[in-house]
Amino acid sequence: MTPGGYEYLRGMLHEKSGLALTGDKQYLIESRLIPVARRHGHAGLDELVRAARNPGSEALRADIVEAMTTNETFFFRDKTPFEHFDNLILPALLKARSNRRRLRIWCAAASTGQEPYSLAMMLDQNAHKLAGWNIEILATDISIEVLEKAKAGLYTQFEVQRGLPINYLMKYFKQVGDMWQIAPTIRQKVKFAPFNLLADYAALGSFDVVFCRNVLIYFDTETKRDVLARMAGSLAPDGYLLLGAAETMLGVSERFEGVAGYRGVHALKGQGDQAAAAPARQQPFQAEAGAGRLRAV
Amino acid sequence: MKSCLVVDDSAVIRKVARRILEDLDFTIEEAEDGKVALAKCRDSMPDAVLLDWNMPVMDGMQFLLALRKAEGGDKPKVVFCTTENDLDHIMKAIRSGANEYIMKPFDREIVEAKFQEVGLL
Repeated sequence: MTPGGYEYLRGMLHEKSGLALTGDKQYLIESRLIPVARRHGHAGLDELVRAARNPGSEALRADIVEAMTTNETFFFRDKTPFEHFDNLILPALLKARSNRRRLRIWCAAASTGQEPYSLAMMLDQNAHKLAGWNIEILATDISIEVLEKAKAGLYTQFEVQRGLPINYLMKYFKQVGDMWQIAPTIRQKVKFAPFNLLADYAALGSFDVVFCRNVLIYFDTETKRDVLARMAGSLAPDGYLLLGAAETMLGVSERFEGVAGYRGVHALKGQGDQAAAAPARQQPFQAEAGAGRLRAV
Repeated sequence: MKSCLVVDDSAVIRKVARRILEDLDFTIEEAEDGKVALAKCRDSMPDAVLLDWNMPVMDGMQFLLALRKAEGGDKPKVVFCTTENDLDHIMKAIRSGANEYIMKPFDREIVEAKFQEVGLL
């Protein structure tokens, strides 16, 4: 690809999605955009970029953004965040919200739905404690295409085997041809909507828990700072933000602090000690780390 | 090191499974059918059994039922690994004492996830 073409892509992706196309991400361009070029009838990447530069090519630019920001995700991906949710966050919030009996959870990069559905299944497992509670799971993603897949709740045999315990498959899925579809009762617990993390968060309202795992790694420092500031504004004062275990706020945000002993779990400053003091449950959650696709933004 | 008995009538599948599980620090024994597997279990109970369903001589379900009745046979974690990929077979396997279930084809990620799920990793 010509240097000018690469610069155009870098600028356009940053503007539209916040994606920072650093040197180590260059390999993504070929692997992800060649299929887009083929799909749109272009011979190669240079031709694709020339077409994308055309002012009337909004749909093509959206396809490029989508292809570059889509990543793998699995059911119960990384396992530990879900254990933290079950052992720390849910008990603490059930106590703190016992009068209002309402919780709002936001999966900010929901991709094809595995993360919000994992949470919905976990909450269903806790149904005995949640009678009379109104729990909303909002799952957003920049891509309408992945959200359509998420809404359908249809997964391949591979996807339901990476991370999903067999008892969950038996309980919450049915076979539809070669695919597995998650039960309507679980699908109904999740509300999907398109959303760009660089947009205005005001209309989303306030959340008690925000999952935004393995997303910030795609942003440059300035965009990370911006997104975290917006998320701080969208989080209840005693709410929780979950990032990927390897993601750090160091030098990026002063608004959050890690909850001691719960890697990846962050609270707004001044709330961390209180959050960590919540009683840990004796029986850890039994689900497993898992598989699929994750949206970057 | 934990031990795993790989039971499958396909030498190719046994070889692939052995490679994956040795990478995960298991010592491996192999058996080509349920009868051979049961004899090996009576000799020495493994920590895990990766079990095919359809095999000559004694199939995976017959082996599982016999294993769970044998002395010490409640201990091994049994993970089915089979082309039987419908809910009826899965439910039958779990209700008969299997701990997890892999639908072929499988890869390293799936084996690792399922072995983690039953506490073997």
